[in-house]
Amino acid sequence: MEPRLLEMNGIQKYFPGVHALDDVHLDLLSGEVHALLGENGAGKSTLIKVLGGIYAKDGGEIIINGQKAEINSVKDAERYGISIIHQEIVLVPEMTIADNIFLGKETGPAANIDRAGMLKKTQELLDSFDMGLSAGAKVSSLNIAQQQMVEIIRATFGEARIIVMDEPTSSLSDKEVDALFDTVKKLTAQGIGIIYISHRMSELDIIADRVSVYRDGKYVATKKVKETTTDELVALMVGREVGNYYNRTYNECKETVLEVRGLTNKNVKNVSFTLKKGEILGFAGLVGAGRTETMRAIFGIDPIESGEILIDGNRVEIHSTQDAMDAGIGLVPESRREEGIFPAMSIKFNETIKVLTEFIGGFRVNAQRENEIADKYMKELSVRAPGTYTLVGNLSGGNQQKVVIASWLATKPRILILDEPTRGIDIGAKTEIYAIMNELAKNGVSIIMVSSELPEIIGMSDRVIVMRSGEISGELERSEATQVNIMKNAVNI
Amino acid sequence: MSIKEKGAVKADNPVVAYMKRNGGIIIGFFILATIIQINTPQFLTSKNIISVLRQISTNLYCASAITMILIAGGIDLSIGAVTSLSSVVVSTFMVNYGFPIPLAILVALAVGAMVGFLNGTIIYKTGLPPFIVTYSLQSICQGIAYVWTGAQPIRLTDQNFIFLGAGYAFGVIPMPLIYLGVILVFVWYILNRTKLGRHIYAVGGNEKAAEFSGVNIRKVRWFVYIFSGIMAALAGVVLSARMYSGQPAVGAGGEMDAIAAVVLGGTSMGGGRGSIGGTIIGALLIGILNNGLNLAGIDSYWQMVAKGAIILIAVYVDFVKQGNKLRK
Ligand SMILES: Nc1ncnc2c1ncn2[C@@H]1O[C@H](COP(=O)(O)OP(=O)(O)OP(=O)(O)O)[C@@H](O)[C@H]1O
Ligand SMILES: [Mg+2]
Repeated sequence: MEPRLLEMNGIQKYFPGVHALDDVHLDLLSGEVHALLGENGAGKSTLIKVLGGIYAKDGGEIIINGQKAEINSVKDAERYGISIIHQEIVLVPEMTIADNIFLGKETGPAANIDRAGMLKKTQELLDSFDMGLSAGAKVSSLNIAQQQMVEIIRATFGEARIIVMDEPTSSLSDKEVDALFDTVKKLTAQGIGIIYISHRMSELDIIADRVSVYRDGKYVATKKVKETTTDELVALMVGREVGNYYNRTYNECKETVLEVRGLTNKNVKNVSFTLKKGEILGFAGLVGAGRTETMRAIFGIDPIESGEILIDGNRVEIHSTQDAMDAGIGLVPESRREEGIFPAMSIKFNETIKVLTEFIGGFRVNAQRENEIADKYMKELSVRAPGTYTLVGNLSGGNQQKVVIASWLATKPRILILDEPTRGIDIGAKTEIYAIMNELAKNGVSIIMVSSELPEIIGMSDRVIVMRSGEISGELERSEATQVNIMKNAVNI
Repeated sequence: MSIKEKGAVKADNPVVAYMKRNGGIIIGFFILATIIQINTPQFLTSKNIISVLRQISTNLYCASAITMILIAGGIDLSIGAVTSLSSVVVSTFMVNYGFPIPLAILVALAVGAMVGFLNGTIIYKTGLPPFIVTYSLQSICQGIAYVWTGAQPIRLTDQNFIFLGAGYAFGVIPMPLIYLGVILVFVWYILNRTKLGRHIYAVGGNEKAAEFSGVNIRKVRWFVYIFSGIMAALAGVVLSARMYSGQPAVGAGGEMDAIAAVVLGGTSMGGGRGSIGGTIIGALLIGILNNGLNLAGIDSYWQMVAKGAIILIAVYVDFVKQGNKLRK
C-alpha cells in the first residue's frame, strides 16, 4: 500500500454560533487524488484552512508522513509542503502574473531580484498550459478563468507534496479543465497527493481515486470512486434521496417581453434576440464568448454603442443599473465576491438593500417588515447560517451565492438574468434553485440563464442561444438543444 | 455545521448595542476623565464642561461629515482649508461688500457646498483616489484664502454676528452647541432611518456590488462631499464669530482633528463600518484630553505629542478587537 502522506483526526473548529467541524477525519495517500464532497457549509473549506494554517483548530491532530505536525501559520504549512488553491481568488490585482506566481518565493538576492529569470520561467509555465498570455500582464486585466489558472500554476509549481484545490474548476471552460486534469495526472505520478473539492460530481469519475463525504461539519464516510455511484454519494451528502434534478414544467410562451436589436459595444457585436413571458432562455458558449458582456450591457453597466432594447414593444433607454431595475430587470452577477455581496454586512442588509422603499419611508424604518423580507428569502433559498444578522463574509461560498440570488428575488423582477447561477452550489441547493426558476417561469417571470454547464442549459431552457467571439452563432429550440449541437455552434469548426 | 442559537451574537437593544460597539473607548474616556479630575479638580465644574463642549462643537460638525464620508469609503482632506476660506468669505462679504449677515453666511456655506460638489464630481469622473483629489482642493482653497486677504485677519465688530458664535441661548447654552444638536440628529437620522443611509454603507462596503444593486453612486458621493463642504464652512462661520475676526488660517489641521475623532469612534478607514454615536465619544475624548492638558498647564507642543500617542493606542486597541481576525 502507498504510504500515508497526511492524516487529520478528530478535528474540531468553532466559530461564534457555529460548530463548523466536529470530530472530522481525512487521510491522503501519496499519488492519489482525494475528493471532498459535501453540501454548502458542510465544512470543506474550513477543514482546508485548518490544514493551511489560516484557522487555528480547536481540537484534533494533524499527522504528516507519520509525524505529528504543528501548523500555526501559513508559513508552517508551506514548510510541511502544503500548497492550497483557495476557493476565493487571492492574487494581487495590480501586479503582473510573474510577480504573483513568485510572490514570497522571489529568486535572486533580496535587494536585486531576478526579474528576467522569473518572467522567463513564468512564460514557460503559461505556455505549458497553452494560455496565450504574457507573463508581464497585470492580473487585473485577466478574466476570472484566467486568474484561476494563475492560481493553479502558482500552487502547483514548486516543492509542494500536498496540493489542495478548493473548487478550482468552478469558473473554467472545458479546455482549461482538461489542461488542469493533465497537470493533476503529472503531479500524482510524482507521488504528490491531491485534495480536490468540487460540486461537479461528473468530474469525480475522471479524476479522483477516493472520496470523503462530509455533512453538517461531521465526517460521514470515505469510498473508493470505482466502488460507488453518484446516487450513493448524493444520498450520503444530503442525507436523503435527491430526485429528478431539473423537473421543468414547460409553459407556452407567446408574448415577447424583451427584445434586443443589434446590440453592439466594445465587447459584443450585433446581438439580437427576444425573450418571451414565462420563458427560460439559456445562453451557452465558451468562457469569453461575450455572454456576460451582453448581460452587462443590457443591465446598464457597460455603455452601448448602437442597438436598441425594447420592453413590451417599447424602446427603453438604459444608462445605469437604476434604469435597468426600473424597467423590471434583475441581474445576478457572475462573480459574487466582487459584484454581488457586501461581506462586512449582515445577511439582512444584503437581502434588503435593493428593496429599501418597501420598509423605509416617512420618518421611520419598519423593522418588522425588514425582518420579514430577510427571513422569507433566507428560508426560501435555505441559506445556512445562525440568523439573518450573520455577516455574509462568514458564510461558505455557496451560501454567499444563495444570498445574492435571494436579494434579487426580493425585487420581484419581471426579467431575471442569472449569470452562472449554480456555480459553487451543492447538488441539493442546485435542485432547489432549479425549482425556484421553474416556479418563477410558471408565474410569468422571464429568465435568462447564462451557464457553462451544458447539462443545466439543456435541462432547464425553453430555447438556447449560443454565442461565439462576441456574436450570436446559433439559436436552438428545446428539441434541437443537444450537447453536440450546442458545441458545434460554440466552437468554430 | 450545527447551529446553536444561544451562543450567537444577536441584535441587542440600542443602548446595549452602543455599549458593546464603543465599550473600549467609553472605558478609556472615563479613565481619562478620572485622571484629569484627580489632578485638576476644576475639571468637573459646569463652567469648564460647557467650555469643553463649546470647543469640540466645531470639530464635531466636521467629524459628523467625515463619519459619513469614511463609511462611504472616501476621505476629505479639504475640510480645514474650507473652514479657513469660509471664515474669509463671510468676513469680507460683511465688512468689504456690506452684505447683511444672513446673506454673507449663505455665501460662505454655498462656497463650502461648491468645494464639496467639486470633490465629489472629480472623484466620480476621473476615478482618482479621494485622498489626492481632496488634498489638491485643500491646497487650492487655502491658497485662495491667503491671496484674498494678504494673509491678514479681518476684524469683525457686528455684535449680532458675534452672538452667533460667542453668545448663549437662554443665557446658558452656547450657540454652537445648538447647531451641533441639530447636525447630530440630522446625521443620525440619515444614517439610520433613510435609504440614502443604507446606500452610504453599501458604497463603502463594496462599491461594485452597490452599483449592481442599483445604488446611484454618484448621488451618494455628491451628498457626502457637499455635506462635508457645508459643515466645514459652518465651522468657519462659527469660529469667525467666536474670535471676532475672519482668519485665513483658522481651520488649519482641522481635517486631522475630525478624522481622529471619527476613527477613535470606531469608524473604519476602509469603509462600510461606523456610527455617529462613536464619533461623538471620540470627539469628547479628544476634547477632554486637550482641556486636561491645558488645565495642567502643559505646553501646547507637548499636547500634540500626547494627542498623537493616545490616538494611536486607542485605534490600535480597536483594530485588535475588530479587524485583525484573519487567524481565529
Ligand atoms: N470566518 C468564519 N466565521 C464564522 N463562521 C464561519 C467562518 N468561516 C466559515 N464559517 C461557517 O462554517 C461553516 C462551514 O463553512 P465552509 O466554508 O467550510 O463550508 P464549505 O463546505 O466549504 O461550503 P461551500 O461548498 O459552500 O464552499 C459554515 O456554516 C460557515 O458559515
Ligand atoms: Mg467552500
